[in-house]
Amino acid sequence: MFRQPHLLGIEPLHPLEITEILDLADTYAESARAGERPHRPLQGLTQVNMFFENSTRTQASFEIAGKRLGADVMSMAMQTSSVKKGETLIDTAMTLNAMRPDLLVVRHPQSGAVDLLAQKVDCAVLNAGDGRHEHPTQALLDALTIRREKGRLHRLTIAICGDIAHSRVARSNLILLGKMENRVRLVGPPTLMPAGVADLGVEVTDDMEEGLRDADVVMMLRLQRERMDGAFIPSEREYYHRFGLDAAKLTHAKPDAIVMHPGPMNRGVEIDGTLADDINRSVIQEQVEMGVAVRMAAMELLARNRAG
Amino acid sequence: MSTLFTDARLIDPVSGEERRGDLRIEDGRITAPGPAAQVVECGGKCLAPGLVDWGVKVGEPGERHKESFRSAGQAAARGGVTTMVCRPDTQPPIDSPEILAQARSHAEEAPVRVHHMAALTKARSGGEMTEIGFLLDAGALAFTDGVRVVRDARILSRCLTYARSLGALVVAHPQEPSLTAGTCVTSGKFATLRGLSGVSPMAERMGLERDLALVEMTGVRYHADQITCAAGLPALRAAKAAGLDVTAGTSIHHLTLNALDVADYRTFFKLTPPLRDEDDRLAAIEAVADGTIDVIASFHTPQDEESKRLPFEAAAPGAVGLETLLPAAMRLYHGGHLSLPQIWRAMSTNPAQRLGLEGGTLEEGAPADLVLFDPDAPFVLDRWTLASKAKNTPFDGARMEGRVLGTWVGGRRVFGE
Repeated sequence: MFRQPHLLGIEPLHPLEITEILDLADTYAESARAGERPHRPLQGLTQVNMFFENSTRTQASFEIAGKRLGADVMSMAMQTSSVKKGETLIDTAMTLNAMRPDLLVVRHPQSGAVDLLAQKVDCAVLNAGDGRHEHPTQALLDALTIRREKGRLHRLTIAICGDIAHSRVARSNLILLGKMENRVRLVGPPTLMPAGVADLGVEVTDDMEEGLRDADVVMMLRLQRERMDGAFIPSEREYYHRFGLDAAKLTHAKPDAIVMHPGPMNRGVEIDGTLADDINRSVIQEQVEMGVAVRMAAMELLARNRAG
Repeated sequence: MSTLFTDARLIDPVSGEERRGDLRIEDGRITAPGPAAQVVECGGKCLAPGLVDWGVKVGEPGERHKESFRSAGQAAARGGVTTMVCRPDTQPPIDSPEILAQARSHAEEAPVRVHHMAALTKARSGGEMTEIGFLLDAGALAFTDGVRVVRDARILSRCLTYARSLGALVVAHPQEPSLTAGTCVTSGKFATLRGLSGVSPMAERMGLERDLALVEMTGVRYHADQITCAAGLPALRAAKAAGLDVTAGTSIHHLTLNALDVADYRTFFKLTPPLRDEDDRLAAIEAVADGTIDVIASFHTPQDEESKRLPFEAAAPGAVGLETLLPAAMRLYHGGHLSLPQIWRAMSTNPAQRLGLEGGTLEEGAPADLVLFDPDAPFVLDRWTLASKAKNTPFDGARMEGRVLGTWVGGRRVFGE
């Protein structure tokens, strides 16, 4: 079923393709918990991680995922390499392409840059985040976490809260959750809400109480201070007061609602530290665990398609 | 030397009529019908005044690798453009009589007529005004900083007041620069899905309203280069109704393409201002039809391959258009939006009149600047066949209708057999 040559975003995926990735990822998650070593379907393949933007957790997650599947993994910190010497993205891609990697994992600060790169190389490309556009493996790992916690991935009410405007995680998530027929609410101050978002089949509100009401899942986003080029909120303390998630605001959600965060967290800005650590409500650690499983599944499926 | 065009479908934008008939030219001018030394059998194809393309960027001085006067002139001839009115946003900008004289001497390489606008402020930096008087004497037709906006209203008001005293025409890019900064598409659902930073069409209205207030204050002759959305139209209509000396243009790309054409980050569709929503496109066409918008131009902006082969946000804006202006405009004709005389008024008569040029008419005594074309001839555009050095057209691979068969400048044939 999974026919894609690349994983550039959630937008091109069919719901059945999403399900196939999640099913395979689930088996990897289970075998990891059971302490089993997986067979090595990527043995002999070369995976290159190109991160044009700083990342610790995503890069580590992709590296571990590739190594568990037997791939030879190389990570390049692009900020300190030829890019500094004025080489264009396409030239970098062509150079790398000539070395014949099998899988290319790319993060880039500009929207659409990974699509552009994928047009120029022969190997499978995985988007590890491009600008404010998409971050598909994050949405997939969130989906897997929700499915394992809630037993299903449809007809759930999911509140995505905070800095929607600067978030590629929000875009990929709202597309994925919409495709799987969930009710998605976006909650945040209007200055952090992108234009036209109400036309994307989601509910939009700037009131946390209304946004969280009867939600099954509360997904908090990081306040992306590094992407802000002006005043979007008056202060972090007012933001925390109105939009930060704490135990009191969470009472409006369903009693068994789970709390998610893509990390890294700003404790005391968008989420209360104690709540983030509450193992009865927060699934943040499980999200990280599912990240490795989902990336293993995505890379294996792409490698299979490449092998034909 | 005289030539008689026989059996032509004559497009007369001044009378607003089309008629089947003959047209005679002699010594570079249109004359009364009669026998001639040479006959061009038109076979019912359209004969119209040559296009006057207002706002062409040629890479001289400074970026000759992108476009020279020779290559731009050839593209113009092939596109039925008999007069190019060039922008001063060169490197260095045309902000002194000396640089203007240099550009004018190079322009002689073009097979069509070339005129120049000069910068309104030195280095187009929005600080000090240029030598408007000297530049007028040196042949500048109008004054503009291109897509750069003079942010300081006090400085702009002084420029306008000074220009007014000399009767100079000022061309402005009506956008609020603090809103457009850092954006590359029009805001909305599409921009959000693509993760691109968008600007509201309201920035155009704000820029226009500020400028019109200063026009009312100073009485200057003013032309807004590109009006591309509905938001600014009421202010423009009100200014014209109040009798201000105001005209406005728009780009052929904004009339024939919309924001969704950017699709998967296609950088050839990155323009300044960005492509608009379909509602705005239709409103702009309507405004051309009712005369609110006076001028349609190509805003020919050559960019080399390297400056377009980049992530969308980093890519250079602009599109070439001299050669595709006429076939693209035929979309508006075939779509039933505008008649041929209406199109020719906006692409020939109005720009010529506003800039004080001869042409834009088929009347006796007018210069024999003519284009013979077949409005129905279909073709698929291949960008590598364009005469421009730069090939950045958004119409690559597009199905077009309307081919230029011949172009005459001052009675001399510059394109076609």
